[in-house]
Amino acid sequence: MTFHITIDGRPVPVTPGQSIGAALHAAGVRSWRSTRFGGRPRGLFCGIGVCFDCLVSVNGRTPERACLAEAAPGDEVTTA
Amino acid sequence: MTYDLVVIGGGPAGVAGALTAAQAGLRVALVDASVRLGGQYFRHSADPRPAPGLGRFLRQARALDRRADVRLRHQVWNVTREPGGGLTVHATAPDRTAVPLAARRVLIATGAYDRPLPFPGWDLPGVLTAGGAQALLKGDGVLAGRRIVVGGTGPFLLPVASGLAGAGARVLGVFEANGGLGLARHPLLALGKAGEAAGYAAALARHRVPYRTRQAVVAAHGEREVEAVTVARLDKEWNVLATRVVECDTVAVGYGFVPQIELGVQLGCRTRQDVDGSPVLAVDAGQRTSVPGVWAAGEPTGVGGWRLSEVEGRIAGLTIAAESRAAGSRAPESRALEGRTDESRTDESRTDESRDAEGRDREGRDGEVAGVLARRRERWRAFGEALQHAYPVRPGWQGWLRDDTLVCRCEEVPLARVREARDLGATDARSIKLLARPGMGWCQGRICGYAVSCLAGEPPQPPRRPIAQPVTLGALAELTDDDPTTPPLT
Ligand SMILES: Cc1cc2nc3c(=O)[nH]c(=O)nc-3n(C[C@H](O)[C@H](O)[C@H](O)COP(=O)(O)OP(=O)(O)OC[C@H]3O[C@@H](n4cnc5c(N)ncnc54)[C@H](O)[C@@H]3O)c2cc1C
Ligand code: FES
Repeated sequence: MTFHITIDGRPVPVTPGQSIGAALHAAGVRSWRSTRFGGRPRGLFCGIGVCFDCLVSVNGRTPERACLAEAAPGDEVTTA
Repeated sequence: MTYDLVVIGGGPAGVAGALTAAQAGLRVALVDASVRLGGQYFRHSADPRPAPGLGRFLRQARALDRRADVRLRHQVWNVTREPGGGLTVHATAPDRTAVPLAARRVLIATGAYDRPLPFPGWDLPGVLTAGGAQALLKGDGVLAGRRIVVGGTGPFLLPVASGLAGAGARVLGVFEANGGLGLARHPLLALGKAGEAAGYAAALARHRVPYRTRQAVVAAHGEREVEAVTVARLDKEWNVLATRVVECDTVAVGYGFVPQIELGVQLGCRTRQDVDGSPVLAVDAGQRTSVPGVWAAGEPTGVGGWRLSEVEGRIAGLTIAAESRAAGSRAPESRALEGRTDESRTDESRTDESRDAEGRDREGRDGEVAGVLARRRERWRAFGEALQHAYPVRPGWQGWLRDDTLVCRCEEVPLARVREARDLGATDARSIKLLARPGMGWCQGRICGYAVSCLAGEPPQPPRRPIAQPVTLGALAELTDDDPTTPPLT
């Protein structure tokens, strides 16, 4: 049933239907981005696509909101 | 192809409106950014667990799927008026291509989002909005953490805390900044919702979750993520009286909700101030906004819980269907051009009563239903307003902030810079934004807008966002240039 995605090469389990943000958070990965000025760690905050804190690059695409992006088997997440 | 109705938002309001109109024979499309219908309240995972009302909602969603064009994972970023009077709903598909949908009528049912207040450390990973923690649990089956502190104000904290505790988290406390009377005197009881209040009280007691009023999370501590919070005892105005530290790995905070009204504001819909000061879309008895062809239902017209959203959606669906029938072979576009502009709409020529009477004459049964629904809407609206009265945001929270506390998370603007802007003579939120840049980042001020307004000492203003969602230049280019409502590229 479960499948895997990777974050910087490390495998993260996903239950089908989960968002990339939810899968990372559940796996204990709570931040995947640093802010431009202060270099502060950021992950999920609003959970519904409003705050843009959770931006993430998936399969080399331009950043998208991890809380909205449904995870697909083999997705490669890279942190900046 | 032109749809009779395009609904934006697939929560309780949008689905009720779309299904009602589709069952009346209208050609309907519904657009939602999420992967599944449900909105916030009926958010569910791919393998949903039973929840009150969810079975019924899912049946409605399946019925809607058969009768309407349901577009999930589509973000609407703008709605424009075409030269002929029709409307175009501009959406972005998952592959980021532009999807314009032509519509005779539009129903805005975009819901709301959590209203956060800043405090030191609120941008540490592990600090989530209360709704965010709820969405993780309902939509993804993920517990936001193991040792969770729930804080903020409003009855919404109760389902959040009991949900997290029921799913196995250790909820270290619910810190309700208002109140002062405790759960036994919770306003839900006075509002005739004793069963619901008792249910939450029992759930919290079963899991030994303390419920504390006049207390709040006023700071979060940690290096890379939250490790502890400072909980304060507050006076009536939310000034700190005493503090203690509580170790935890997760915080879920929310101070009410912000209605999402930007699509309506872009179209020029009239707004009003709700009881809690939030700008909301003004609607008449039939859920029509001040702009011809544009309806609104659910939280964009005022927050009052999912039942209010649903009944507003149904009423909107009925009045849309009735107007569509009345328009008959006459194209609504031409009616829209008959001088029913913003101002003339409100409206001597055609009052709500005369419209309702017209509806009854035409279709007796619909008229009956509308009466029952209208009464139900009044009841839930009164309930929502009473809750907004009972759970205001008090000014003392501004004293929780330090000079280096980020007010705007996107542009990383600390309180000191907002103060500087104020000292330089910026006396309203707009000028503060221009000087210190809070609200100029990715979220376009959705998260910090309320706080910045409070710091400027003014009520929150209707959002002026040229686009409701970030969008590619390609999609923008597909807007016709001569369209007067084309958003400026800012
Ligand atoms: C995160 C969160 C969680 C909540 N959880 C609960 C809960 O568990 N229990 C409870 O009683 N209340 C909850 N609420 C309150 C809840 O909002 C209402 O009870 C109810 O869901 C409101 O119904 P609605 O139809 O008005 O709006 P919503 O249910 O919010 O539906 C709005 C829909 O519009 C979509 N949308 C918005 N803008 C766009 C756009 N530009 N393009 C495309 N789609 C768009 C959204 O994806 C959403 O599906 C929650 C609120 C939030 C913000
Ligand atoms: S967590 Fe706010 S946009 Fe994803």
